Amino acid sequence: MSQATTMTTGARPAAPRRAGSLGDAVFAGACQAAGAFVLLLLGGIIVELFIGGLPAFRAFGLPFLWSTEWDPVSEVFGAGVSIYGTIVTAVLAIIFAVPLAFGVAFTLTELAPPWLRRPVGTAVELLAAVPSIIYGMWGFFLIAPLMAQYVQPTLIDSLGELPGIGGLFQGPPFGTGILTAALILAIMILPFIAATMRDVFEQVPPVYKESAYGLGCTTWEVMRGVVLPYTRISVAGGVMLGLGRALGETMAVTFVIGNANRITTTLFGPGNTIASVVALEFGESETGSLKLSALLALGFILFVISFVVLATSRYLLRSRLKG
Amino acid sequence: MHRRQLLASASLLAAGTAFGGRAFAQGGQVTGAGATFPNPVYQKWAEAGRGATGITVNYQSVGSGAGINQIRNRTVDFGASDAPLTPQQLTEANLLQFPSVMGSLVAIVNIPGIEDGQLKLTGELLAEIYLGKITKWNDPKLVELNRGLTLPNLAIAPAYRADGSGTTFVWVSYLAAVSPEWKEKVGVGTSVRFPAGTGARGNEGVAGTVKNIRGAIGYVENAYAVSNKLVTTQLRNKAGQFVKPTHESFIAAAQSADWNAPGMAASLIDQQGATSWPIVSPTFILLPKNPTDAERSRNVMKFFDWAFNNGAQLATQLDYIPLPKPVQDQIRTAWKAEVKANGQPVWNG
Repeated sequence: MSQATTMTTGARPAAPRRAGSLGDAVFAGACQAAGAFVLLLLGGIIVELFIGGLPAFRAFGLPFLWSTEWDPVSEVFGAGVSIYGTIVTAVLAIIFAVPLAFGVAFTLTELAPPWLRRPVGTAVELLAAVPSIIYGMWGFFLIAPLMAQYVQPTLIDSLGELPGIGGLFQGPPFGTGILTAALILAIMILPFIAATMRDVFEQVPPVYKESAYGLGCTTWEVMRGVVLPYTRISVAGGVMLGLGRALGETMAVTFVIGNANRITTTLFGPGNTIASVVALEFGESETGSLKLSALLALGFILFVISFVVLATSRYLLRSRLKG
Repeated sequence: MHRRQLLASASLLAAGTAFGGRAFAQGGQVTGAGATFPNPVYQKWAEAGRGATGITVNYQSVGSGAGINQIRNRTVDFGASDAPLTPQQLTEANLLQFPSVMGSLVAIVNIPGIEDGQLKLTGELLAEIYLGKITKWNDPKLVELNRGLTLPNLAIAPAYRADGSGTTFVWVSYLAAVSPEWKEKVGVGTSVRFPAGTGARGNEGVAGTVKNIRGAIGYVENAYAVSNKLVTTQLRNKAGQFVKPTHESFIAAAQSADWNAPGMAASLIDQQGATSWPIVSPTFILLPKNPTDAERSRNVMKFFDWAFNNGAQLATQLDYIPLPKPVQDQIRTAWKAEVKANGQPVWNG
C-alpha cells in the first residue's frame, strides 16, 4: 500500500499539472478572497460601529466610559453602569464556573470509569447547544423564583449581617439581579471551559503521570503536581474563552439581570450589561438620534473588550492550538 | 368561549381562502411596521379584513421607534407609533398621523390577601411608589386609602418595562400628568430612567416579575391583565372617584377627549368624568402625504376604513376600545384633504 502511494505521488507532477494551473489559480484566489473577506468584514464592523458611535463619543467625551447616567428623556448617556455590569457578571460567572469545570474535567480524565466518560462528556457538551433564550426563560421562570423564595432570604439572614462582605448580601430579594445573571452565565460557559480543560488534561504525556504514580503519588497529587503545572497556561486560555462568551451573552442575561441603570453594592440588586441595554433599547431608538449613537458606541466598547479577552485566550492557548 | 373564538377564526380563514382568488385580483399587499401595543388587534383585523377587502396587510410589531424610522425612510407603506409625533416632526417627514384604536393600562399587584380590584390607589401614590419614596405596603398613606384592607409590612417592589415601549410612554405620561415631581425628575419617553425597582422584558416579563415577587407592583395593558387573570387595582380619576378597569370606564374616558389637537394627538390621560378610567391612550398610524405608490397608499386607507366600519367588535373582544364614529369621519376627511399623489387626492371613499 505504501508503494502504491509513492507511485501515485511520483506520477503526479507530469500530466495533470499544466491542465490544472488555471484551476489552481482560481482556487487559490477564491480561498484568499474568502480569507480576506473575513478580515474585511471584521474591520468593517469595527469601523462602522465606531463611526456610528462617534456622535456619542463627541458629545460626552472620555467620561462616557465611566459616567453612570443613562437618561433617554434628557438624552444624557454614559456607559459606566453597563460596563460595570458586564464585567462583574462575567467575572462572577467565571468564579462559579471554573471549580465546576475543573471537577468535570478531572472526573472525565482521571476518575470516571472509561464507559462513563463518553456519555458524561457528551452531556456537558450538549449544554453548549442549548439556545440562550431557553436559559433565559429557565432562569426567569424557574431559577429567579427559587432565588427569591429560598436562596436570597437565607443568604440575607445568614451573611447579610457580617461586617465587610455583609454588604454584598443585602436588599430586597427580587430573585433577579447580578447574582442570578452570573449563575445562569456560569452554567452557559461551563461546557466551553470544561471541554478545554478535558482536552488539555488528556494531552499530558502518560509517561509523566505514570512516573509520578510509580513514585507512589495519589491521583490528586498527580493532578496537582503534574497535570496542572503542565497545562496551566492552556487552562487559563480556556477560562478566558469562557470569559469572552460571558461578556457578550445577551438574551439570557436580559431576562434575569433586572435591567436597571444603577450600580448597587449588593449582589441581589438589579443591573444591566452592554449587550442587554443594546438589545432592549434598540427598537425604540430613532435614526440619527443620540441614543442610537450611544448604543452603537456601547457596541464598539463591547467589541473592544471581547477582542482583548479573546486575543489573550488565543495567545495563551497557542501551544495547544498548534498541536 | 375560547373554542368559539377558534371556530370563528377558522371560518374566517376558510372564507379568506374561498374568496382568495377573486380577492387577490382586486386587492394587493401593504406593509406596516411599528408599535407592539396594538399588534394583536392589527393582526386580527388583517386576518379578518383580507377576505372582505382583498388586501393583505403585513404588519411587523418592531416597536414604535423602529416603525417611525421605517416610515421616514419609506421602507413600509405605513408606520405605527404609540407616542404621537409632534406637528414639527410630522411636517419634516411629510406624514399624516391618525389614531387607529385605543387601549388602556392597569396597575397589577402581588400582595398576600389582596384580590382583584380591591386595592385603591391614586396617581400621586403610584408616582411616589415608582420614585422610590413609598417603600412599604403598610405606609400610612396607603393604609388610609384602604381602610377595609389589611396591608402587610412588606417591601414594595416596583417592576417596569426594561425594553423601550409605548406602554411605558403611556404609563409615565400618566405619572407625569399627576405628579409634578415625576415630570421634573424623570420625564416622559418610551424608556426613562426609573429611579427605583427592577426592569423586565415585555408585558410577559413584567407580569412574570409581579407574579414571582411578593410585594411587587407593575403595569401592563388591560388586555394582557384580563387574559392572564392578574390582580388589578382601582384608581382615583380626576373627578376624585375610585374606578375599576372596565370597558365602561374606558369608553367614558374616550368620550371626553379633544380630538382636534394637532396631528389628532388627543390625550386621553387623566380625563374628566366621574366614571373615566385615568390611563387610556390612542395609538397612531403614520401615512406619507406624498405616497410614491398611490395604489398601496389607497389600500392602507381602504384597510383602515374597513377596520373602522367592521372591526369594532374584534377590537372590543381583545379589550381594545374602538374609535368613536365622529373621530372616524374626521380621519376620512383628513385622508382626502392631505394625502395626494400628483395633486390628486388618493382617497375618494
